[in-house]
Amino acid sequence: MSDRVPTMQPHGEGLDLRPRTNGGDARSVTDKRLALRVDHISAWYGKKHAVGDVSLDIEANSVTALIGPSGCGKSTLIRTFNRMHEVATGARAEGHVYLEGEDIYAPGADPTLVRQRIGMVFQKPNPFPTMSIAENVAAGLRFMGIRSRSEIDGRVEHALKAAALWDEVKDDLKKPGMALSGGQQQRLCIARTIAVEPEVVLMDEPCSALDPVATLKVEDLMRTLAKDFTLVIVTHNMQQAARVSDHTAFMLAGDDGVGRLVEYAPTEEIFTNPKDERTEAYITGRFG
Amino acid sequence: MMLTNAASQARFQRRKFVDRGMTAVMALAALLAVIPLVLIVFHLLVNGLGSLTPALLIEDPNSPGRAGGGVRNAITGSVVMVGLALAIGAPVAIGCGVFLAEYGQNRLGTVLRFLVDVLAGMPSITIGLFMYALIVLPNKQFMAIAGALALAIILLPIVARITEEMLLLVPRSLREAAYALGAPRWKTVLTIVLPTALPGIVTGLMLALSRIAGEAAPLLFTSLGNQFTSTDLLRPIDALPSRIYSYASGPFDYWHEQAWAMSLLLVLFILLVSLAVRAIAGSKVTVRQ
Amino acid sequence: MAVTKADGPRAARTVITGGRHIADTLFGGITGGAAAVVLLIIIGLFYQLIYRSWSSIVDNGLGFIFGTVWNPSQGMYGAGVFIVGTAITSVSALILATIVAVLVALYLVEIAPSWLARPIGYMVELLAAIPSVVYGLWGIYVLGPFLVNVVGPVITNTLGLVIPFFSGTPRVTGLLPAIVVLTIMIVPTIMAISRDVIGAVPGSQREGILALGATRWEMIQIAVIPYARSGVIGGAILGLARAVGETLAVTLVIGNRAAIADSIFAPTYTMASVIANQFQEADGPTHRAALLEVALVLLVMTFLINVVARLLVWRVTNGQRAVVVE
Repeated sequence: MSDRVPTMQPHGEGLDLRPRTNGGDARSVTDKRLALRVDHISAWYGKKHAVGDVSLDIEANSVTALIGPSGCGKSTLIRTFNRMHEVATGARAEGHVYLEGEDIYAPGADPTLVRQRIGMVFQKPNPFPTMSIAENVAAGLRFMGIRSRSEIDGRVEHALKAAALWDEVKDDLKKPGMALSGGQQQRLCIARTIAVEPEVVLMDEPCSALDPVATLKVEDLMRTLAKDFTLVIVTHNMQQAARVSDHTAFMLAGDDGVGRLVEYAPTEEIFTNPKDERTEAYITGRFG
Repeated sequence: MMLTNAASQARFQRRKFVDRGMTAVMALAALLAVIPLVLIVFHLLVNGLGSLTPALLIEDPNSPGRAGGGVRNAITGSVVMVGLALAIGAPVAIGCGVFLAEYGQNRLGTVLRFLVDVLAGMPSITIGLFMYALIVLPNKQFMAIAGALALAIILLPIVARITEEMLLLVPRSLREAAYALGAPRWKTVLTIVLPTALPGIVTGLMLALSRIAGEAAPLLFTSLGNQFTSTDLLRPIDALPSRIYSYASGPFDYWHEQAWAMSLLLVLFILLVSLAVRAIAGSKVTVRQ
Repeated sequence: MAVTKADGPRAARTVITGGRHIADTLFGGITGGAAAVVLLIIIGLFYQLIYRSWSSIVDNGLGFIFGTVWNPSQGMYGAGVFIVGTAITSVSALILATIVAVLVALYLVEIAPSWLARPIGYMVELLAAIPSVVYGLWGIYVLGPFLVNVVGPVITNTLGLVIPFFSGTPRVTGLLPAIVVLTIMIVPTIMAISRDVIGAVPGSQREGILALGATRWEMIQIAVIPYARSGVIGGAILGLARAVGETLAVTLVIGNRAAIADSIFAPTYTMASVIANQFQEADGPTHRAALLEVALVLLVMTFLINVVARLLVWRVTNGQRAVVVE
């Protein structure tokens, strides 16, 4: 246990660092540098309790996958990582998420600043239809106070290159973002997200609206991006989790409908030697 | 939190300030938009309640300048013309709505729908002049029927569109069930679809009714007005909104008081209808003109 | 098919098929006829106004539109004065009302909790249900005096010191009360359509910009307004059409003088108000034909405005609209 205590210390005092889930040592799967420490997060939509008391540590510069059957709360959980969950009417969350030691749910924490540092890519590509490709990528830069034309252009190019889209669009930067194919649109959204240089990029089923070829491209991109960013992805596709992620968290909704973390381990371990029988049942395709 | 230097701190504070400021501006606009309704209702009650007496409802007007009297002629005339407009306009409007819903999912329907919307946007005074030119001029006689027709034209696009929307809300499965039993289209529409959509159509009629009950502009040159209570469709007839208009711009204080009382009466009627519609249809139907 | 008559199912079916065809055609014909009434009304409206004002169209020519002297007793019919009056009142009202209405719509969709948004939206919509003539009555006896006593002095002492148009003696009836009354009257129209098109902005657009760290106002600026813009403009133009055609409320508060207003407090006429005010007491057929030509100009103007607005609103919503009474 003690050798798995995270290297960084949370601000909160007297925090119980022991894992909470019944999957055994679920929270700490690494002794490397942590990007996010999720600490007893619960989430509700109105009266509906969607996520119950999840704690897990997310290693920096890695890909962490959240898997589980539909309705297990994985999408809700990932949305609590950058305070997007509370955007929905009636939605609220309790608990703490530490980004490099700072609690994003601290009373003085501002969600807009949180989201500048923890970006998000959504299920369906959502480029802004009134903007060109370049404007889409630059959309978030103004919040950082970047006004100089040359710096914006540089960042746009850099982000598009990092999103493996530059070669395809470099001659069409003035064209509307909606003119691109679905896979290109999703990579445009990834470029838009990484242009503001967040530390963490959250992806909520980023390939679910894409065809297999586009999916492969995005998966390749995830691996590349993990060199510079910390990625957390939600996926309903177990093969995808196996292909791209370093660590995998398996979630399941109980009989009460509340999604809880069942098991969290290095991906290889989850898929070859799951400790919890429910994880095993899921990955061998017996339900979900 | 999470800010490294003073410049980004200042920028963040400015963005936060603009956000709060604009939120306040939007809330203020909402308040500002609601104030006129509150004020109008308040002034109608203060100025109109005193003159809203039984005499107002059951007596004809005195000769101008002699205080007292009532506006029975106007109330009667409004009831006659609005009733007539409903009787003439509703069948045509519902027929038009049925056509749009049943046969209108094509180019012809799009054009017709567009025309209906355009008709809805035409100034009511030009519709009054249309009836003046068509009926009053050739017959050299102002008459109730001309006013009622003008009101029916105003009602037509409102009811036609709401009928169409309501019919389209009827689940396909109901229609298919009727077809599967071998019912022909006209029977399916008349016995299955229309009755199912009836509550919605009724609310549409009520909304249109509250709208035409308040229209004065199309009546000025059609039904003209009448000092006495009349139900003769071929003679001039009075109406509440047009009497409010002439009393409001007239010289006598008691006219002004009676204008307030009539307005109160009219607005109460409209608010009641609107609340009833709200109760029947929930938020599906909105009062919009 | 449950046809069990004595003459057998086969015979019965043929009869039904034949009868059904005629009955369905008849049904389509009757409802189609009802729909055709709309077309007939629109054609008749234009035809009658052109026919009845033809003498004025021929006699006055283009001078009718561009002339600014309207003096029926001397046979001078320059309706330009009314066109200007209509333009000033309705465009001013349009600008003021659009600002308020869009802010309200944004507040209702993006900010207010639903327990507050519903009653506020409903109350603003009720404003649209209040009859024009009641606005006029309220305008003369409540709003007019308020503008004279409170708003007028503020305007003359600020803007009026710099711009001559805003100086002068505030009056109970005139341009200013007409503009204010029209503004109040068209706010609901613009608000309701803006609320629909703003509500139709996909949540994914909002999420996309919020996830980049936008504040709520930045989200509105970047993701909501550009997306909803053409629909909001469509709604605003519909409001403009309503303001242009608005009659009795304006007639009661605008002061009714056939001269172009040289001050925001001056009395003037709009096209609709001169018809309402002069038609009944028209001196003879020439005057009447001229007023009918004013109505024709008004009709053509609102028709064009409506066509543009509908096309804009339709393009945004793809013809799919919430159930709405126009």
